[in-house]
Amino acid sequence: MQAAYVARRFGVFLLIVWLAGTLNFFLPRMSGQDPVRTKLLQQAALGGYVQGGIEEMTREYERRFGLDKPLWRQYLTYLHDISQLDFNYSIANYPRTVRELVADALPWTIGLLGITTLLSFGIGTLLGALLAWPRAPRWMVWLMPPLWALHAIPFFLLGLILTYLLAFQMPLLPIFGGYSAGITPALSWSFAWDVLQHALLPALSIILVATGGWALGMRGMTVTILGEDYVVFAEAKGLRASTVFMRYCVRNAILPQVTALALALGQILSGAVLVEVIFGYPGIGTLLYQAIRENDHFVIQGIVFTVIVALGFTTFVLDVVYPWLDPRISYHRT
Amino acid sequence: MSERVLRVEGLRVGFDHPQGLVQAVDDVSFALSPGERFGLAGESGSGKSTLALSILRMIKAPGRIQAGEVWFAGTRLADLDEEGMRALRLSDIALVPQGSMNSLNPVLRIQQQITDALADHGLRLTRGEEQQRIATLLAAVGLPNSVARMYPHELSGGMKQRACIAIATCLRPKVIIADEPTSALDVVVQRQVMATLALLQRDLAAAVILVGHDMGLMAQFVDRLGVMYAGRLVEVAPIAEIVTRPRHPYTRALIASLPSLERRGALAGIPGLAPVLRDLPGGCAFHPRCTLATDRCRTEKPKLRNIDGAQVACHLA
Amino acid sequence: MRGAFRYLGRNPSLTVGIALLAALGLFVIIGNLLVDTHDSRPLSVPTLRPPSRDFPFGTDRQGRDLLAVMVAGTPLTLRIGFIAGFFGVGLGTVLAFIAAYYRGLVDTMIRGIADIGLTVPGLLVLIIIAVSIKGTLTVSQMALVVASLAWLYPTRTIRAQVLSLRERGYVEVARLSGMSGPGIIFLELMPNLLPYLAATLVSAVSSAILASIALEVLGLGPIDAPTLGMTLYWVNFNAAMINGWWWWWIAPTVIILTVFLGLFFLTVGLDEIANPRLRRSA
Repeated sequence: MQAAYVARRFGVFLLIVWLAGTLNFFLPRMSGQDPVRTKLLQQAALGGYVQGGIEEMTREYERRFGLDKPLWRQYLTYLHDISQLDFNYSIANYPRTVRELVADALPWTIGLLGITTLLSFGIGTLLGALLAWPRAPRWMVWLMPPLWALHAIPFFLLGLILTYLLAFQMPLLPIFGGYSAGITPALSWSFAWDVLQHALLPALSIILVATGGWALGMRGMTVTILGEDYVVFAEAKGLRASTVFMRYCVRNAILPQVTALALALGQILSGAVLVEVIFGYPGIGTLLYQAIRENDHFVIQGIVFTVIVALGFTTFVLDVVYPWLDPRISYHRT
Repeated sequence: MSERVLRVEGLRVGFDHPQGLVQAVDDVSFALSPGERFGLAGESGSGKSTLALSILRMIKAPGRIQAGEVWFAGTRLADLDEEGMRALRLSDIALVPQGSMNSLNPVLRIQQQITDALADHGLRLTRGEEQQRIATLLAAVGLPNSVARMYPHELSGGMKQRACIAIATCLRPKVIIADEPTSALDVVVQRQVMATLALLQRDLAAAVILVGHDMGLMAQFVDRLGVMYAGRLVEVAPIAEIVTRPRHPYTRALIASLPSLERRGALAGIPGLAPVLRDLPGGCAFHPRCTLATDRCRTEKPKLRNIDGAQVACHLA
Repeated sequence: MRGAFRYLGRNPSLTVGIALLAALGLFVIIGNLLVDTHDSRPLSVPTLRPPSRDFPFGTDRQGRDLLAVMVAGTPLTLRIGFIAGFFGVGLGTVLAFIAAYYRGLVDTMIRGIADIGLTVPGLLVLIIIAVSIKGTLTVSQMALVVASLAWLYPTRTIRAQVLSLRERGYVEVARLSGMSGPGIIFLELMPNLLPYLAATLVSAVSSAILASIALEVLGLGPIDAPTLGMTLYWVNFNAAMINGWWWWWIAPTVIILTVFLGLFFLTVGLDEIANPRLRRSA
């Protein structure tokens, strides 16, 4: 029954969410670090507070943050909080909450990742299929080596190179940021254009590298599919070349590609995080980077948790969509 | 001559292999009359499937048609361009593949695999006409209409084979090439499928080339039989002739090896192994396994000659 | 020997991969002879000098000789990758064999853990671990951190390979002739798996190096070590690109490029040995 399958997959999703939360909770605490005291000591070093008051302040903040209660109590409170998306305050940017910060940064990342993944997957898959198709134009073979070589390098590395070439040597595009400094975000065409210019280099770094990977995979699958009996029969039926290509080859070869997409999401995200850091793009990646620099544990945990949940959810959606693409996979099996 | 619906003359098909040329089809000629049932028998590797595909001009690199002509109802197929050939496939000459294997697209419903053929051959039908056509086709092969909306993995081997027959006959072709249509099925289903094929063939008045290796099946179905060995046609004769009076030593051995319900005793096989097509012996390809081989057999390749209404390629017939 | 060279001719990827990595190796070895690696520490040389005869790779803002940094840092980065990669594939192989051979509940558990672990983006978990450890990491600790996750993917892929091999005839024959479980594993399955294991190992090393560089660029690496990733961290920290200190980022970029391209071509080359079917593709 369809409902049972969906429920099972959702159960796995909840398990991942719980694991993420628990990991987030226990790991930092196992090291015995005290983020509050550390932060206060830092500020003391910078601003010259009176040492004596530190202990009282620490205790007060700990009470405020609930850090003085027994561990299991804290754990339950924590689970309760995150189920309501309450990730506490940001230590570095107090009184802003983690949720605010993440909510500000998330749309940028989703925009960048969403568009680049869709484009690279779409173009790469189609390109890969064409490269394996014997009747494709000859010149396409020349696309293979550069795509191949490109896909081996990490996104951010290409980002550095592209920045140097296109933003520094030839000032075509801006080097840094999500939008030009000093402009207030607004819903206008000029702002949108500004955003686009700033997003182009980060996006290109991801697209140029990722497309090669998808193309390679699709090409391999298509070559295998071309030897299948049903492709031979399709030709014997006198179908048009385009029909055989799309409905018989691509339609079948794309199934493992979608599986590969679900598995690769984590990697793509990791790569995107670094790209954002390099470009100072105001997404999750940059937020994470700053939080690490400032030892803002709550922000770090909030980001990690949010990302894990988002990815788990996307995987869940893909899992449920897959049987719809491949009728051989019924909803009955695990 | 123009009454022949299909004519194959001197067809030679080879595969370029890094270690040498594989001669899969060597100088094969035969002709079909309209509505005739022609069998093409031979063991694995004898070139019969390659022959079937080359008639439809579907040989891909590293294979190529080296020589010969194929005529369909007065049209020389070599004169047709790719588009013309494509139009001819299915509508004039149809292939019935081994359906119980993987010949059906796993992600499309059966009806979609019929309608895409209809559409690509230029038929513009309304939804109602389409459904009607599909229903008729499925009924003709003995399948219930519910099959139309099913996927291949939901069908049994026999049902898949019938579905392939339905698809192959949807444009009422004049020649049907059935490539081992029942090889992977059990005997009961085999019988049913062959009966279905026979009925359809009579209804369409189409000629059938039945490619296979089951001599018993051939005996029950075909009017005339061509026997292939190592890519060459060694004997062509009416089926009754071949079964009662086989003239080529290979054919004789094939008939003799059929197990009989009456006789008992050891099964008779053919000594030796089928030749490697890349490295054929000189002269007659069968001579290493032939008990009657002479010196002439070892050096001179025998040609197909007419003898009392049969054609045999043997120096000793 | 001649046969080996001829094979290299037929397997261009393998040749390119080996060539790139060999070039890197030569760079490090010769570099160590020509340059004093102590200059890779801060305040050794004048700051922010562009490439010149004295400093072929230039110097950075903290007074490091970049050539010395590259020569010292490359082996460090590679070491992290190798330790983590070997550990990952080693543990992964053991788990894969256990899961694939004994099946049942053990298999479900191992596969379940690996699958869930793979859904979670590894980098984030690594970040949490790295952030949780008190103080900054040493190079060896980095390796261990990366290694803790490096076994997930190898377990999955090796298990799939073992499963496919398990169904082959010779395993059945071995079992019927009374060979014990471990015996079958080592004498029958292993030899056939070796090319595949080699390809997986190179792949794992590549992933591990990427993970370590990622952690370093984010600022979670060993602060004092002159590794490639840390160099990029300082490049970013000091906005070297905007300030026009192009030599600072070009050196690590080129070396990292060489590492990844070399490992990539090596993987492809090994894959061809392991899986000859790929050879005939268009």
